[in-house]
Amino acid sequence: MSNKLELWGGNDLIAQAAIDAGCRFFAGYPITPSSEIAEQLARKLPKVGGIFMQMEDEIASMGAIIGASLAGEKAMTATSGPGFSLKQENLGYACISETPCVIVDVMRGGPSTGLPTAPSQSDLMQVRWGTHGDHEIIAVTPAFMDEIYSETIRAFNLSEKFRIPVIILLDEILGHLHEGVQLPDPGSLEIVDRTKPTVPPEEYLPFDDRFGDVPPMANFFEGYRFHITGLSHGKSGFPTTDVEEVDAIQMRRQRKIIGNTDQILSNHEYHLDDAEIAVVAFGSVGRSAIDAIDEARKQGIKVGLLRPLTIWPFPEKRVLEIAKQVKKIIVPEMSLGQLILEVQRAANGNADIVGVQEVGGQLIRPREILAKLQEVI
Amino acid sequence: MMEKKRIDLRFSGVGGQGVILAGAIFAEAAVLFDQKYALQSPTYTAQVRGGATKVDVVISSDVITYPQTREINFFMSLAQRSYDRFYGGNNPDNRFFRDLADDALVLVDSNLVPNLNNPPHKLIQLPIIDLALREMGRTIYSNVIALGIVVGLIDVVSKEALTASVKRRAPKGTQEMNLRALDIGFNFADEFAQKEKIEIQ
Amino acid sequence: MTFDYSKYLRNQYIPHMWCPGCGIGILLKAILRSVDAMGWKNDDIVLVSGIGCTSRMPGYVDFNTVHTTHGRALAFATGLKMARPDKHVIVVAGDGDSTAIGGNHFIHFCRRNIDINMIINDNNIYGMTGGQYSPTTPPGSYASTSPYGHVEPNFDIAKLAIGAGATYVARGTVAQGLILEKYIKASFAHKGASLVVAESTCPVQFGRRNRLGDPVDMLHWIKERGVAMRKAEKMSEEKLAGKYVMGEFIKDDSKLEYTERTRMLIEKVQQKENK
Repeated sequence: MSNKLELWGGNDLIAQAAIDAGCRFFAGYPITPSSEIAEQLARKLPKVGGIFMQMEDEIASMGAIIGASLAGEKAMTATSGPGFSLKQENLGYACISETPCVIVDVMRGGPSTGLPTAPSQSDLMQVRWGTHGDHEIIAVTPAFMDEIYSETIRAFNLSEKFRIPVIILLDEILGHLHEGVQLPDPGSLEIVDRTKPTVPPEEYLPFDDRFGDVPPMANFFEGYRFHITGLSHGKSGFPTTDVEEVDAIQMRRQRKIIGNTDQILSNHEYHLDDAEIAVVAFGSVGRSAIDAIDEARKQGIKVGLLRPLTIWPFPEKRVLEIAKQVKKIIVPEMSLGQLILEVQRAANGNADIVGVQEVGGQLIRPREILAKLQEVI
Repeated sequence: MMEKKRIDLRFSGVGGQGVILAGAIFAEAAVLFDQKYALQSPTYTAQVRGGATKVDVVISSDVITYPQTREINFFMSLAQRSYDRFYGGNNPDNRFFRDLADDALVLVDSNLVPNLNNPPHKLIQLPIIDLALREMGRTIYSNVIALGIVVGLIDVVSKEALTASVKRRAPKGTQEMNLRALDIGFNFADEFAQKEKIEIQ
Repeated sequence: MTFDYSKYLRNQYIPHMWCPGCGIGILLKAILRSVDAMGWKNDDIVLVSGIGCTSRMPGYVDFNTVHTTHGRALAFATGLKMARPDKHVIVVAGDGDSTAIGGNHFIHFCRRNIDINMIINDNNIYGMTGGQYSPTTPPGSYASTSPYGHVEPNFDIAKLAIGAGATYVARGTVAQGLILEKYIKASFAHKGASLVVAESTCPVQFGRRNRLGDPVDMLHWIKERGVAMRKAEKMSEEKLAGKYVMGEFIKDDSKLEYTERTRMLIEKVQQKENK
C-alpha cells in the first residue's frame, strides 16, 4: 500500500483501474451517470497506445468490445440502465460465444429514462437475467473506492479466466462520489490473461472440454482459424441442433461458473460472528448499513453485515448459513425488492426476511436501517 | 447523536457560481494536502446553469463509511433559491432540513439570501458576493472567498492545505488573483471571529 | 484452368445450406477469387456476418469467422479492425440485416471511413425468416408481409453509402460474376470504408411470390433491371423507375482512413506525453 491518500471519483477510478488491468479497448456511448468513465478513457487510453471509441449507439459499443476481445484485447464498455437494456442482445452473444469482456453499469432510477442523476439498485435482476436464454453471469459490487479499484481489476481477471462477460455494478452515488483513498500499488495486484491453447491449430476446438470447463481461447489471426456463432454450437464452434451436444455445452457453461464459485465469490462480513440479526446489502447501501450497525451495536443490538462483492453468482450458501444462525435478516436496497428475492430464496425459510426499500432516488440513510433494526428486535 | 469523528458540510448555490468546484477544492485540500479522509458528492442536475445546486463534503480522520452527509455541521448558501431548497424551509418534515445537525452552523450571503424564515440554527450572514465585487472587482471570486471564510470560521482543513489546493486548481494566469481572493476570505473570517464567538467541533 | 476454391473452404461443411438457384453462391465465389487475387492469407482474414441467409457464409470459409447478431456485424467488425488494423476485415450481409436492423451501424461505418470491406447480397427480401419485405423490396412487389403489394419506397443502398461518406461504392449483380469480382477486388485494394452491393436472387422467397420464373429466369430479370452508370446519367427518373444503376460510383483515395487517423492521434498524444 502506498501511504499517500489520493482523491478519486468512482467513475474516474474505474477508468484508471481498467487500464491497470490491461484494458486497451473501450467502446461506449454517452449516458448519465456513467459518462465520466468514457471521458477519462478518451484521455487515458491513447497515452498507453489503447483505443477509445465513441460508437453510434449502445448496441454497437457492446458488439465492438466483443470484436476487439476476439482479436485479443481486454475490452470494456460502460453504461447505465437504459443503455444496459440495449446491450442485452450482444451480452448474450458474449455469454454463448464465451468471449471475455467487462461491462460497467452505473445504476440510476428507472424504468425507462427514469432518474438519470439519482441512484438506484434496480438493475440487479436485469444484470442477472436481462439477456434471454439460460446463462450464467458474473457481477461485482464494490462500495468503497479501494474496492472500486480492486474489483475492476478482478472483473477483468474473472472475465479472462472464465471466458465470460463480467459486470461491474455501481450506482450513481458511487460513480459520482469523489473520495480520498489509499490505492494499492498496481504492481501488487494479480493480472490474469486468458488461457491460450497448447494444441496445434489443426487440433484446436474453440469449445473443447478436454482441458476443464473453461476451454482455452485462441485469439484471431494467430494461426488458429475458428468459427464462432451466436447459434447453439458444438465443441468445434459450428452450429448444431443435436440435443445431446447442445445440452452438454449448456451444462458446461453453467458448470464453469457454479462449479467454481470458490474462485468467484467474495464477501465483506462485519460483526456476523455473534449476530442475532443480519443485514444483507451491497454498494452504497452497504456503506449505510455499516453506520447503522455501528450505532445498533452501541445500543446492544447484536447485528452483523453480509456485503457481497460478487453479487452474481449469488452467495447463496453463505446466506443460508447466516439464515440458520440469525432470527431476522434485514435487506435494505434501492429498489422495490430484488435483492430480497434472492435472500429469501437462499434463506429457504430459515429466518424472517424484512426489506427496507427506497425508490425515490436517494440513498437509504443509516437511521432508516437502524429504525428497522430497532423495530424487528 | 452518533460519535463525531467527522465533519459534514453542505455548500449550496445556483449553477454557475462555482459552488461545486468549491466543494472539490475543499475536499482536495483535506485529502491531498492534509492527508485526511474526505469525500465530495455534488448534486447532478440536467440544468447546467442557474438551477439550485449543492455539494456535500465530509471530512474525517478515518475511512468514511456512509458516503453522504449524515448530520450536517456546516451549511452554506450563496443564493436564495438554494437556501429555499436545501435549507428545507425550516420545516421538520423536509428531508434537507432533517439532514442538519441541531448545532449546525449556517452561513448565508447577506445580500443574496434575504428571506431567512427564522432558522433555528446558529446563523452567520456575510456579504460574500459584495466582498468579491468590492475587493476583486468580479463576482467569480466569490466561491474562493467563501472557501477562505469557511476555513477561517471553522478549523476543518488547514489554511496551508486550502491554499495549496486553490493553487492546484486555479487556471493558468489566475493563480495570483485566486490566492488573493482566498486571503480576503481568511482575513474577513478572522475579523468576524474576533467579534463573534464561533463554536463548531 | 478452373479455379480451386477448396483451399478457402471448410470442405467438411459443404454442401451448404442455401437453396438451389440462390445467388449467394455466385457472390461467395467472386469473393474467394478476389481474396486469391489479393494474395491474402487465410489467417489474416476475418469474415464477419450478422443474421440471415448471406450471414451463413462465414461458416463455409476457412478464415477467422464470426457469425454475430442480427444487424450488428459492422459493430463487431469495427472492434476487430481497431484491435488489428493490419488484418483484412470483410463483412457480408443481406439487405435487411445491413439496412434495416443494422442501418445505424451501416451509416456510421461509412462516415468513419474505416477500412472494412462491406459486401451486401441484395435479394430484396428476408429469405431465411420466410420472405418478409426488406428496405430494398421494390414498391408493389409481394412478400409474406406485403400480400397485397408493397406500399413502401425502397432504399438505394449505394446512394445511402455515398451520402454517409463511404469512399468506395460499387454495384454489380450475381448475373455478371466477373464484373462483380472486379468490383470486390477493387474494394479490397481500397483503403477505407468500401461497399459492394451485389444485386442478387432469391428464387424461393422473392421470385416465387412475384412470378419471376425459375432461377435462370430470375438471373435474366436481375440483369435486365441493371443500367450501366453512363447510360443512367442520360435517363430520366421515370425511365429509371424499377431499375438500378450499376458501376463504380465512387473511389476516393484522398480521405484518411479511420484506423490510420486513430494511429496518428495516438502517436501525437504519446509524443506529447514523452516530452
